[in-house]
Amino acid sequence: MTTTDSLGCGAPEQGAPLPASVDLEKETVITGVVRADDGDPVAGAYVRLLDATGEFTAEVVTSPAGQFRFFAAPGTWTLRALSRSGNGDTEITADRGVNEVALSVTA
Amino acid sequence: MSRDSALVSADWAEKNLGAAGIVFVEVDEDTTAYDAAHIPGAVKLDWKRDLQDPVRRDFVNKAQFEALLSSRGIANDDQIVLYGGNNNWFAAYAYWYFKLYGHGDVKLLDGGRKKWELDNRPLVADPVSRPTTTYQAKDQDLSLRAFRDEVVGAIGSKNLVDVRSPDEYAGRLLAPAHLPQEQAQRGGHIPTALSVPWSKAANEDGTFKSDDELRQLYGDAGLDGSKPTIAYCRIGERSSHTWFVLQELLGHSDVKNYDGSWTEYGSLVGVPVVLGDEPGSA
Repeated sequence: MTTTDSLGCGAPEQGAPLPASVDLEKETVITGVVRADDGDPVAGAYVRLLDATGEFTAEVVTSPAGQFRFFAAPGTWTLRALSRSGNGDTEITADRGVNEVALSVTA
Repeated sequence: MSRDSALVSADWAEKNLGAAGIVFVEVDEDTTAYDAAHIPGAVKLDWKRDLQDPVRRDFVNKAQFEALLSSRGIANDDQIVLYGGNNNWFAAYAYWYFKLYGHGDVKLLDGGRKKWELDNRPLVADPVSRPTTTYQAKDQDLSLRAFRDEVVGAIGSKNLVDVRSPDEYAGRLLAPAHLPQEQAQRGGHIPTALSVPWSKAANEDGTFKSDDELRQLYGDAGLDGSKPTIAYCRIGERSSHTWFVLQELLGHSDVKNYDGSWTEYGSLVGVPVVLGDEPGSA
């Protein structure tokens, strides 16, 4: 189980279920799927989480089903995806609990 | 040190795949990426399993490091080209680690795995095995490594550079935002530490910014080049990235990486901690 390993800083597997230890009363989870123009999920895309000032906060690589997930804090965030199918970004205002967001990329 | 002696481009790397005397090494915390596909001929190092003592919180010792590199088929006079995921964090950590144990010729692949993938450069799944060598390491060069007492003593006298995200620096987050946030340690930063997130030194494809941009970044942040510098993050890998920029690209002298970083400092009893966006005073 790498997801809750407190030693490492590497990004855990993005397609795995949320670990049972994650308290959704406290955590602000931002999650979604990266899709290309044709609606197909994009695996292996690099998704960057930028804070309200545009500063980089975290980056993960999407799962084979195009999924990504961040543990952030309530507030406004920008998600930016880089991939071989193109790039894209979107803004989200997140609250505690699970926040679903759609992110599409175009060449 | 300079950009030419410490960094290679993806173009250079692709032209030199398979060249004698050059060993590509992928370094990651999660090596499933390597197992699925890697740069042709590259061997892997697992940041946790290969480079951390399995019991104590410390590095593998000199004999263990020698056994590790020998088993990977790395010789003392090989040129090592390191790359990895997470914007080269763990590759930069390994670069610093190879320097710590005195390896002569080490380079970092600019942009790491991300740029290589986004450029559609070749990746293969073939297992790689190289003939075993007899690698000999040097004693750790502790001029590169800071421990907690030196860090506490550096408050208000040396440059301390906190390279975590602004929210981690301020104490609003305890870990990077791709990880769950429950942690034992307190949030915040070491008093007088400047906030210069590692990410400001990199472009979005993972390559390093130009020397001029980097000089301006640390100059604007108030880093005093005449003083020794200690860089830290949460576990010491993002700060290896900044150590690399300051010492290997910009040629600063007396730069140390504090590998204990916030997971140690934020758990120490009785040390000062500052909350919020300002460095605070000694």
